[in-house]
Formats: sequence, structure tokens, C-alpha cells
Amino acid sequence: MSDAASHSHDDIKSHMGKYYAVFVALLCLTAITVGVSYLRLNRPLAITIALIIASVKAGLVASVFMHLIDEKKVIYAVLLLTALFFALVLLLPQFTVYEHAHIITGS
Amino acid sequence: MAEATATHESPIPYMVKPHPVTGIPNGKFGIWLFLASEVMLFGALFSSYVLIRTGAPHWPPEGGLSSEILNVPLGTFNTAVLITSSITMVLAWASCKMGNLPRFKMWMAATILLALAFLVVKYFEYSEKFHHGHFPSYDNFFGIYFVLTGLHGLHIIGGIIVNTYLLTWGSRMWKTDAEHFTNRVENAGLYWHFVDLVWIFLFPSLYLL
Repeated sequence: MSDAASHSHDDIKSHMGKYYAVFVALLCLTAITVGVSYLRLNRPLAITIALIIASVKAGLVASVFMHLIDEKKVIYAVLLLTALFFALVLLLPQFTVYEHAHIITGS
Repeated sequence: MAEATATHESPIPYMVKPHPVTGIPNGKFGIWLFLASEVMLFGALFSSYVLIRTGAPHWPPEGGLSSEILNVPLGTFNTAVLITSSITMVLAWASCKMGNLPRFKMWMAATILLALAFLVVKYFEYSEKFHHGHFPSYDNFFGIYFVLTGLHGLHIIGGIIVNTYLLTWGSRMWKTDAEHFTNRVENAGLYWHFVDLVWIFLFPSLYLL
């Protein structure tokens, strides 16, 4: 899918069903995540479920709509590096918490 | 400049044919690098949200639940609107690949209209919040809400501008270099799906949890 030039007319037609299936799946997952939020589950469980559903939706968009399921290696390399830095940015607040603990205990 | 002449005299080489090193056209590589930087932009703000939220004794600070402060039905509707605009964008690109410019124009116009519908809904949501005195300065919840959804809204506006160009003046390229034009539509699509992807995380994080 990655090489735009390699797509033939029939190639695209055969992929259309997949695009519509992902579209329906995204709408269903949206309905599920909203429905689950009305169950008033405890927060850690609610956050876990909502983030799992969001990750599945994001995975579908990225792999099918953005054609990541069959991409060139260079894009995977860029995204791997991005994922590492993204994880670092998400962990940064945790590092500051440790720093504060260090100051408070005076150790 | 040997490459430039090889690719329809484009000032930037390898806009149609894959670059021998990366294996993809330069435009596509460029848009993926841009999206990588966008991940870091939204990632930094998302990280700030996590820090502020975990540091607060109660979230939202004024009490209650996020779903009672923000309008969940409108947010759900807007999520469906963006998902639909993603499939119309795919259909616009697929129409180009199948050599059907009128159909491309139909799906691209639909994508733009859906993006405008998203902004109209967001306008009503913002107006309602302002009406009740809930400005970004009200508390951390609204500070984060307006920064994240506002930045996302700016991305929607950016997408509308690029897509409108491709629908109107930009589509003249179809006559001279249809393959290059199709690549442009694909790149605009990659950006548009990313904007949809960001909303997929923003909606539950801000409205539902």
C-alpha cells in the first residue's frame, strides 16, 4: 500500500471494503467508549478501558487509513524514534515527582 | 538537477518517484517528519495534562465529573463527524487513484464541510462555556480543555485551508501531473487522519474520564 505508484485501479477497489469496515468499527468503538463512561466505573478501571479503546481506534486509523500496515522501513524508523521521545515526555512529570520526594526527605 | 528534470521539472526532486534512499517520495517523507514533530507537540501538552491532573486533589477541581461539565453528546457527535471526514478523505484519495477527478471533488468537498461542521459544534460548545464564565483562566480543568481543544481546532482550520486549495486552484495540477497531484492529496490525507487520531485521544481524556 505504501508505494502510491504501485496502486492499480483494481488494487484500490479491493481495499474499499476494508476502509468502510474500519469506518464502521470506529463509530462502534466510539459508541462503546461513551456507553462505558455511563457505567460510572471506578476511575483507574475507567481510564484503562477508555485508553485501550482509544488505542485500538488510533491503531485502526494509523494502520488502514494512513497505510502504516504496509509502509517503508524509513517511516517505521521515524515513528520508533518518535515513540521513544513521546514515552520520555510522558515520563518527565514522574521524574519531577522523584526530584520533589528527594527534596522533601532531605536525603 | 538531474533528478529535478526527471520528476516533471519540479523544483523539489523526487516528488513523484520514490527517493532511492528512503524508498518513498520526498513529500511523503516530509509529511511523516512533520507528523512526528506534531506527536511531540501534543505529547508535551498531554504530559502537562497528566501532571496537572495527578497533582490535583480532585479532578475537575470544582468537583463533579468531567462528563457533567462538558457536553458529552456534542463531543460524541463531533467524534463521529471527524471519523466520517476521515473516510471521505480516503475516498477522495482513492478517487484520484482511480482517475476520477469529479468524484475526488465531491469527496473532498464533503471532507471540508464535515470539518466546518466540527468547528461550528465547537463554537457552540465554547460559547456555552464562556456564557457561564468558564474561561481558560477559570481553573486548571478549563485551562487544559481550551489549550488542547483550541490547538486541535487550529489544526482543523489548517486542514480546511490545505484541502480547500486542493479542491480549487490546486486541482489544476491534475491536468499537467495527475500522479503528483494524487501524492499531494495522499499527504494532506495523512495530516487529516492524524488530526482525527489526536481527537480520538482528546475526546475520552477530556470529556469522559
